[in-house]
Amino acid sequence: MLRFASRPRGTTLTTPATIRNPEDATLDQTQDGDLLRLGGALLVWTLPQLPRDLPTRIGLGDLDRMDTAGAWYLARARQAGTQLEGLSDSHARLIETVAQSVAPPERGAIPDARWHNILERTGKRVVGALGYFHELAEFLGRFLAAWLRALRHPSEFRLTSLVYHCQETGLRAVPIVFVMSFLIGVVLAFQGAAQLRQFGAEVFVVDLIAIAVLRELGILLTAIIVAGRTASALTASIGSMKMREEIDAMRTLGMDPDMVLILPRVLALLVTLPILGLLADLAGLTGGALMSWIVLDISPSMFLTRLGEVDVSHAIAGLVKAPVFAVIIGVIGCHAGMQVGRDAESLGRMTSSAVVNAIFAVIIADAIFSIVFSEMGI
Amino acid sequence: MTGDNAIEVRGLRNQFGDHVVHDDLDLDLRRGEILGVVGGSGTGKSVLLRSIVGLNQTRHGDIRVLGQNIGSLTSAEREALERRWGVMFQDGALFSSLTVRENVEVPLRAVRDLSDSDRIGLAELKVAMAGLPPNANDKYPSELSGGMRKRAGLARALALDPEILFLDEPTAGLDPIGADAFDRLIVELRDALNLSVFLVTHDLDTLHTCCDRIAVLAEKKVLATGTMSEMLAIDHPWVHEYFHGPRARAAMTPDHEDA
Ligand SMILES: Nc1ncnc2c1ncn2[C@@H]1O[C@H](COP(=O)(O)OP(=O)(O)OP(=O)(O)O)[C@@H](O)[C@H]1O
Ligand SMILES: [Mg+2]
Repeated sequence: MLRFASRPRGTTLTTPATIRNPEDATLDQTQDGDLLRLGGALLVWTLPQLPRDLPTRIGLGDLDRMDTAGAWYLARARQAGTQLEGLSDSHARLIETVAQSVAPPERGAIPDARWHNILERTGKRVVGALGYFHELAEFLGRFLAAWLRALRHPSEFRLTSLVYHCQETGLRAVPIVFVMSFLIGVVLAFQGAAQLRQFGAEVFVVDLIAIAVLRELGILLTAIIVAGRTASALTASIGSMKMREEIDAMRTLGMDPDMVLILPRVLALLVTLPILGLLADLAGLTGGALMSWIVLDISPSMFLTRLGEVDVSHAIAGLVKAPVFAVIIGVIGCHAGMQVGRDAESLGRMTSSAVVNAIFAVIIADAIFSIVFSEMGI
Repeated sequence: MTGDNAIEVRGLRNQFGDHVVHDDLDLDLRRGEILGVVGGSGTGKSVLLRSIVGLNQTRHGDIRVLGQNIGSLTSAEREALERRWGVMFQDGALFSSLTVRENVEVPLRAVRDLSDSDRIGLAELKVAMAGLPPNANDKYPSELSGGMRKRAGLARALALDPEILFLDEPTAGLDPIGADAFDRLIVELRDALNLSVFLVTHDLDTLHTCCDRIAVLAEKKVLATGTMSEMLAIDHPWVHEYFHGPRARAAMTPDHEDA
């Protein structure tokens, strides 16, 4: 015979199914000198009705239902010195069970210095920000190390993966980059024409468009779009693998996540961003030329002749930035993906912070380029 | 209305597309008993649990919980009924943006006029009763191990002291000592609170130590219900294999026997 068959039961339900909504349970209280008599149901639902300050004696003879919340109240009352009278066996047992779990009131006094907190938080933020740069530098190092290893052992490099990511980050971004740059060219021509016409210097609109698009806007806006599209995709794809411990599984199978995940993704950006930038330049110039033709009567051939006189260094100064932006976007995206924890919420948080950080970093890098180029006189 | 059944399922049919999971299934959970529900993976134990608590739309059949037909409740009645049961899902289903204590506080917020300190105190009590250390209170679910998440899920299910407790594989993934403590905890709670427990499990030790009756799910219905000794006498191939397999024999070591 097995032992599970019968066992002692605790309280029997005295009022089954009659109370449909436990919220409607009632607790009767009668004060009798220093004795508080409780009757009816002492449940979590009736707990708020109990007096704040504990009575010296509580009579429980008429109580027919009690749950752990009630037992918790009584256990604490007993701890504080209240006498419990007329307790039935089953209720006493419940109180014992609960009393074992009542945490001793430890919890040291929390120092309540508000601006101590502010200082602490500021300090943590600053250290956190410095730590972030440190981690990004580490990621850059990991990417370069993986690259070097791929150069030395080309067989370990995943070409298919690179091609796939080039298609994802490059080819699929072509329509949006093209349309956006085209419109920027149109807007520049339109606005420039309105201003320059006042001086009768319409023809300089070509220089305006060429310098603005080639030097700054083409590549900067492309980088911002790619940061939005690709940084989030990188974080989401790496992060969801991190979340499901796929990356740990990869390590145990002898695959290096730097080689398998990070290298192809960042390298794909490095390949495609300059191409996208070049495309953006062309689209911007086309849009500008079209608009100049319409509003200023500058024919396309005139536009081209004029364009030929613009120094080529502007285009070079623009495109030189592309690889730097690519690495910034890739490293920030991959780093954020690797920071994802085991919960889905951190995935969402890291994805959005990757996009914000990538765009911010791209703009800062662009500002630094401007300063350096102007110092160098390019 | 039968007074001593907490749950009555009659002629239940569940299907997804043309995949019939349950067909003409009957099941009773008596008041104050712990019913172990067993069955192979994919036989629809979780689906049955979800149907009873009204998370799955069922095709046919009657489900009565505490005397009320699940299919024909107004939303107020349903809300009242939901306060009388607690569900622990297979993988905890904790709210990931809340700490363990805040998770347990969620059902307690339904109690009007409960002061903040009482709510926090009660939540910490439930966390302790579920066997978690006090420092687990302020942790987020992602910072817990699988077993701790289960305990936190149990604490949340117990928050309002329900009359019926639904547990979906509570001991799966726990170490044997932890699983044993969990089993004893459930029996203790049942004895103290007169809970009726619907316990889905694969754990033969749990079946031995906790369950008053066992229901075997196979061939789209409840193939058999009864005590462990009645199960041992059934000669359906799957049931026989389940209760006489090597693991079952291991679980029935002498200290489980009265003799
Ligand atoms: N939402 C759904 N859509 C389609 N099919 C489903 C759905 N939920 C469950 N099923 C199917 O119902 C069947 C029973 O699933 P269920 O989760 O209840 O199994 P189980 O008995 O709990 O198994 P386990 O022991 O592995 O938890 C499975 O075959 C499953 O594929
Ligand atoms: Mg299941």
